[in-house]
Order: sequence, then structure tokens, then C-alpha cells
Amino acid sequence: MRYMLILRAIDVPNTPPPAELMEAIAKLGEEAGRAGALLDTAGLAPSAQGARVEVSGGKLSVTDGPFAEAKELVSYALFQVRSKEEAVEWASRFLRLHRDLWEGWEGEADVLRVFGPQDLPA
Amino acid sequence: MTERDPRRVVEAVWRIESARVIAALARMLHDVGLAEELAQDALVLALEQWPRTGVPGNPGGWLMLTAKHRALDLIRRRATYERKLEEVGRDMEIRQEAAEAELDDALDDHVGDDLLRLIFTTCHPVLPAEGRVALTLRLLCGLTTEEIARAFLVPEPTAGQRVFRAKRTLADKRVPIELPPPPELPQRLASVLEVVYLVFNEGYAATAGDDWMRPSLCEEALRLGRLLAALMPGEAEVHGLVALMELQASRIPARTGADGEPVLLLDQDRGRWDRLLVRRGLEALERARALGAFGPYCLQAAIAACHARAAAPEDTDWERVAALYRVLVHVAPSPVVELNRAVAVAMAYGPERGLEIVDGLLDERALKGYPQLPAVRGDLLDRLGRHDEARAEFGRAARLTRNARERALFLSRAGG
Repeated sequence: MRYMLILRAIDVPNTPPPAELMEAIAKLGEEAGRAGALLDTAGLAPSAQGARVEVSGGKLSVTDGPFAEAKELVSYALFQVRSKEEAVEWASRFLRLHRDLWEGWEGEADVLRVFGPQDLPA
Repeated sequence: MTERDPRRVVEAVWRIESARVIAALARMLHDVGLAEELAQDALVLALEQWPRTGVPGNPGGWLMLTAKHRALDLIRRRATYERKLEEVGRDMEIRQEAAEAELDDALDDHVGDDLLRLIFTTCHPVLPAEGRVALTLRLLCGLTTEEIARAFLVPEPTAGQRVFRAKRTLADKRVPIELPPPPELPQRLASVLEVVYLVFNEGYAATAGDDWMRPSLCEEALRLGRLLAALMPGEAEVHGLVALMELQASRIPARTGADGEPVLLLDQDRGRWDRLLVRRGLEALERARALGAFGPYCLQAAIAACHARAAAPEDTDWERVAALYRVLVHVAPSPVVELNRAVAVAMAYGPERGLEIVDGLLDERALKGYPQLPAVRGDLLDRLGRHDEARAEFGRAARLTRNARERALFLSRAGG
């Protein structure tokens, strides 16, 4: 089964991300890739470079970023795993790195199951 | 908010880490059976402790360290025993071995080599194919004996016996846990790739039983293949096999109909193909191509890529497919490949040309009992308007297959 991990930053220190963190993330990503678990991943630019399309009250509107809420999406990753716990374990490993290597950083990862052929009516 | 169930966390971490733990212990102990036993001890310990103490901060590291400590204890106990036994000054050497093992703990940067050594050992040609498959699934994929039994539709004791016998053979024949010496590498690698593809195929085209596919087995094989590609990035055939499996797996969502019945390649809704796996497959094939030499897996992947690139069946470059099959027959002669070539030739140059090739295979001993032979022949006869002969061929195919879903498919064409 597949899980989509979406990483969100809640509180980011005013310092740039430490090089050790970036290195450790790259290493863990590589490890997950070679384990055959990580299928796809990419970082996401700040919402200032994006836009939001909305439907509300029957109206379609487009607003350029940045979005008002404090939580910025940081990255996504698509995992092929055998259980939810496995996906949670991978997410925990990435968040643990943030905790240990970038003091003051706070954030969260949503671990969402991606529907597969077994879920869809033929 | 719910608490994480420690038992399920242990299981998940075990799935992720067991191969690395067993591989590291196998290096320290020079014995895969013993390595598995001690790794299992660490697992049992985790199952006992974590529900009481909570999941440790770094569960994977905990498992690895606990297992390594047990291995070190064993090495020390043996050292003491041997010292008493021999009463000679061998202990310097032994102490050094223990110290080295401890140093490994600290460094821990040859995980990749450990895994490779383990793969080459579980896929060693001294073992029969079924033993290689069972032991690899057990030690590298972390499958339980029960899961292996279910995957191969054999009773659990049979699966257990296969694993047990494979371990004993490795020990009896004193197979060293090492990377093959360069002159042996091609043959040894072929044995590894064969095991991975056997696992994949058992999942992809279940030879027996009620399910047309067992996708979880395909996933295990893909995982193994991707791991191998990361560990041996310079081997074109490894990338070729990964490409082949990713491309074939990309069709899984389209290979079954609403009632679980098989849908053949040309009838599939290509919109349901998994684009991510197609992309990964084409990328792997590109990596293989960049390395030069093209072996059987690369060729099969190149054929699968022809299908993956065609948005509709009629866009398929059948001449290229037929040409690739021609090369494949040369590189890896096999009547099954020749049969596939017949299909491609029929698509490229008409059913008569395909039928000529098929008829040349009718006396082929290896294809006696192979349901695809009458099925292909039936299809070609059908397209030539020879419907009665076609129906007879499909009836034959239905009698030969052991897969219930496939039988239904053949019977529907035999009756039509």
C-alpha cells in the first residue's frame, strides 16, 4: 500500500537550516529509496511562489500566495509500505532529524493512505 | 489521539530493519542461521519490553544494537570456551575479532556490503530454486514462514522445511558469507536476479490458485530489485530487471476486471496504468542503456517499454517489439520467448507469419503442458477466420492451466 507523507512547518527558527540536517535528510531519503520504500519525493517552495484557487459561495477565485496560515507545506513523499505503522515509522525518522538537528523547529507530517486499485470500483 | 500500539510498531520496525540486522550479524558470526536466531531474540525482547517501557526514541537503532550485543556476547563466550579448550595464546586474535566487531558497531557504514553478502548467500546456487526463494523472502524481506507458505500456496510446514533445509545446506557446505569473486560474479548475479524475478512472477502471474495475481509478492520483488540496483549501480542487468518489474507492475491496476477476471494487455484500459511506475521503469531502463551491455532482462524491459510508451494498442511499435524478441531469442534461447515473438510478429506482419512460428513450436518438449501455446495458437487461428480450430485450441488451454481465473478466460473463448 502507498502512503503520502506531507510535511508541514509550524515554527521555523530564524537561522538557515543547518547543513547537518540537510545532509541527514538526504541520507535518510537515499536509505528509504534504496530500501525500495520511497517512490517519489520533492520539496515545495514557499507559498509566496504559489497561488490558491477556491470555490466559495458559487464563485471561483484565484489568490496569489503567500497563504495567510502559519503552516507552510515543506515537502511531500510517496512511500510503498506494508502497513500504516511502517509509513508512520518513516515519517517519525524524518521528524526526529528535524528535532535533533534544528533547534526550535516545529512541524508535523500527515501520513495519508493513497487509494490503490483495490479501493476503486472497476 | 490514540497511543501507538507497541506491538505493531515493533512489527513495522522489524519489517524495515530485519534484513540489515540479520546481514550485520551474519558478517559477525559467519552463519546465517545463527544470525537470524539472534536477530529474532532481539525482536522478542522488543516485543516484551516496548509495551512496558514505551517505544524507544530510535527503534531501528535499538533493534540493531540489541542484536549486535547478543552476537558479541556469543563471540566472547565462544572465545572463552575455546581458550579453555585449547589453552593456547589464541585469545589475542579473538579479542581482536571482538574489538573489530565492536568497532563495526561504532562505524556501521558497511550496511550495503552486509546486505549484498547476505543476498548472494541466500541466492547461492548450491540451493535449489525453491530454497533460495524461501530463504531470501525470509531473511531479506522479513516474511514469516506462514506468509511464505501463503504466497506459494504450500502448507506452512513445507515452507518451514524449505527455509530450514536451505540454512542447513549453507552450513553443511560451508558456504562463505561473502561477495562472489569477480570471475564468478556474472553467474552468481544471474542466480540472484532469477530469484527476484521468480518471486515477482509468482505474484504477477500466479501459476496456481484462485487469484490471478498476488500483488503483495510483486511488491516484495520490486523492493528487492530496487535494493539491488542501489547496491550494484554498475550492473546493467540489475537495472534491466528493475525496469522490467516496474513496467509490468504498472499494469497491475488494469490487469483485472470488475469481477477479478484477467484482462489481457491489448484489452487493458491504459488510463489505469500506474504512471509513476511507468516513469520509474523507463528511468531504470535508461540507466541500464547508459551502462551499455544489453542482457535478457534489459531486452524484456525494452519490450515492456514499447507497450508502456504506446498510448493505445494500435500505437504499439510491433516491428520493434518483434525485432527485440529476435535478439532476445539469440541471447536467451527459449521456446517461451519464441512463442512471444510469434505474437509480436503476428501483430507486425499478420497472423499467418505468427502462426508459422507457433506451428514450429508444436513439438517442443518444454512447451508440452504450457497453456499459453494453444491459447496463442487459438487466437491466431481466430484472427484467420478458422474459428472451429481456434475453439479447440482454447479448450486445450483451459484444460492445461492451473489458474482458475485463467481457465475461465480460456473457456469463454472456447465456447464463443
